[in-house]
Amino acid sequence: MLSRTASNLFWMGRHLERAETAARLLDVGQRITLLPNTELGYQNEWNSLLQASGTSMIFAEKYGEATQEKIAEFIFFDRENPSSVVSCIEKAREAGRIVRTALTSQVWDALNVAYQELRKIERTPRARIDAASLTDFTTAHTSTVRGAINATQLRNDGWHFMNLGYGLERADATARLLDVKYFVLLPRIEFVGSGLDSYQWQVILRALSAHRAYHWAYGGDITAGRVADFLILNGENPRSLITSLYESVWQLEGIAKRYGDTVPTNARDKAREVLATLQNHDIDMIFDEGLHEFLSWFIREIGTISNLVHQDYLLGSA
Amino acid sequence: MSHYNEMYEHDRVREPYARLREWVDTMPDDFRQMKQAEAEALFRRIGITFAVYGEGGDPDRLIPFDMMPRVFEQAEWRKLERGIKQRARALNAFLRDVYGRAEIVRAGRVPARLVFRNEAYEKSVVGVVPPRGVYSHIIGIDLVRTGKDEFYVLEDNCRTPSGVSYMLENREIMMRMFPQLFRQNRIEPVDQYPELLRRTLESVAPAKCDDRPTCVILTPGHFNSAYYEHSFLANLMGVELVEGQDLFVDGEFVYMRTTQGPQRVDVIYRRIDDPFLDPLCFRPDSMLGVPGLMDVYRSGGVSICSAPGAGVADDKAIYTFVPEMIRFYLGEEPLLNNVQTWTLWKDEDYRHVMANLPDLVVKEVHGSGGYGMLVGPKSTKEEIESFRKKIEADPANYIAQPTLSLSTCPTFVEQGIAPRHVDLRPFCLCGDRIELVPGGLTRVALREGSLVVNSSQGGGVKDTWVLSE
Repeated sequence: MLSRTASNLFWMGRHLERAETAARLLDVGQRITLLPNTELGYQNEWNSLLQASGTSMIFAEKYGEATQEKIAEFIFFDRENPSSVVSCIEKAREAGRIVRTALTSQVWDALNVAYQELRKIERTPRARIDAASLTDFTTAHTSTVRGAINATQLRNDGWHFMNLGYGLERADATARLLDVKYFVLLPRIEFVGSGLDSYQWQVILRALSAHRAYHWAYGGDITAGRVADFLILNGENPRSLITSLYESVWQLEGIAKRYGDTVPTNARDKAREVLATLQNHDIDMIFDEGLHEFLSWFIREIGTISNLVHQDYLLGSA
Repeated sequence: MSHYNEMYEHDRVREPYARLREWVDTMPDDFRQMKQAEAEALFRRIGITFAVYGEGGDPDRLIPFDMMPRVFEQAEWRKLERGIKQRARALNAFLRDVYGRAEIVRAGRVPARLVFRNEAYEKSVVGVVPPRGVYSHIIGIDLVRTGKDEFYVLEDNCRTPSGVSYMLENREIMMRMFPQLFRQNRIEPVDQYPELLRRTLESVAPAKCDDRPTCVILTPGHFNSAYYEHSFLANLMGVELVEGQDLFVDGEFVYMRTTQGPQRVDVIYRRIDDPFLDPLCFRPDSMLGVPGLMDVYRSGGVSICSAPGAGVADDKAIYTFVPEMIRFYLGEEPLLNNVQTWTLWKDEDYRHVMANLPDLVVKEVHGSGGYGMLVGPKSTKEEIESFRKKIEADPANYIAQPTLSLSTCPTFVEQGIAPRHVDLRPFCLCGDRIELVPGGLTRVALREGSLVVNSSQGGGVKDTWVLSE
């Protein structure tokens, strides 16, 4: 496979996952504005969510205070926001267009329909758009693309690169979101039972579409330790760090097996090593080490794996 | 001027159009609108769009699609086919000759100046004979019809003719929307084209290639207006679609960068123009090509389709000599007519043209896409006079032709169907054999009375049928 093709498939996966992250952020952002603005400041909640996607500066400069309309505009429509739904779907579609020969017609169709529908929504007067439908729109279309990929793409190297993009992006997004809110998860005596902590954890769970799943997995009360465990180490949670990384390793194993000994496997080796480290941790160890330190380490490692993927496969020189 | 309408013969509907006429007559209005909308939605979904250079506007514009097919009988087509293949053979013989001993010039049949001082004549490949002596592997021949048995060649396209994806997609969409039409009429298929193209490319692999040849399509990139076609063909042929940055030269071969390291490339079907192929040989500022590619080509390490320099055969000035080529190389009489052409660097022709501008079509020798031309009968006095000044400034840059009475085909308009002018571009493949799929791209001038069929100027496309016996 052409290196450029693999690269575009990889980034197509990443941008589709990023669009979904943005849509969930939009959902949470909307919810935040519906709650009474107490002295603790829901504005801050909003801000910290934006920090997770690295876009809080752009928002503050351009929009100032967060209102429902501004949030929708920024997270969904704004092309100056590189992580907006429009930006991500446009980039994913562009990548897909460049490598059309590597996509099945169903996948291309799903991607192109998403883009065409998006352009229609863009032309609709904003007053006539209901915010919840934007989130639904995004998740419906990204799911259709995802479904088309799973149902129709050959299980070849291209498939691995696409899914590797999805996996690494997901690991990165979850870790960043957690990192921004890590202090909420630290057990601190003054918050316990105050209602604030439980609310903030819910925001995090909701931002990861995991608030219902959490209850299925753990039942009972929401506690900091359990939320962190669920989002970092729970192998059933599709967005936990360990699941995202496990799946990425699986894709890298697939590529390595297909390509044999002549092609370097530095990315695979590194990903295996990080996964082993995660598997050897429990949540108490992570808290002892420091949650923030742990997450910073993880985000760095994901970056390293991404770079190694580039060096191993995407340069194409001997 | 009366125009030949391909649907009629003495006011009677011709046999090949009989069922279509019935189909149109019994079609409810709302059904037609529904189908037209469906066709447009299908095109948009597949992603066939066309960007026009220098026009700005919507980069995802669609070429209008007319649902009324154009029909050829088997006998009509066989005649065209023989003429087209004959022409393709002569054009390749000419290229082989002018990059070799140039016998046709020595014999005084074609002026040396038109060949050797032609911008498209590539000195760097003189003496290089590509595999099987084929220079132009895909030849698009633009034809117009003026009567039942009268066809004229408007121009030859020996470099990288585009539009074949429309031929294929128009058919797909017609079959999907109106399967009953295909059951009622026995229509020859065209979908074998990509397979034939791949075989053609493989058949001209260099002698140094000792395995199954690796073919690629070289595109300028996804911003190019024909990118859709490039990726469409690559997909159907099962070959990689590469950009210049994906290829590199190492030693005597060309390689592409893959996830498993470098892989050798044997045949490049390039969809970029000569000047951009190799910055070391041509334009040093080109980012589209591959440095060192020409050296590999000249030493027989890779085949380039069409071969660099092939453009010298499809120049509008050389065009007038194609009938001469057919006689000279093949010893045959041309089966297809050339349009009578006045070349303005000849005094006698110049005087004739300048005296009759309002009746003629004048074209730039190197122009394409319907730009830089004057259609005398359709122009105002001012337009004619301002064009006259351009000609006076550089007569050698122009040729003139009579305004042909182009045939019309029934075409869907607001109110039912009406005749509109059409042309035809079939695609001839030249490798170890010469192949032509039964069909081509029919372009239609959708504006009433208009003779310009270019998609950049309000033209549309139609499915083109060849009925089997």
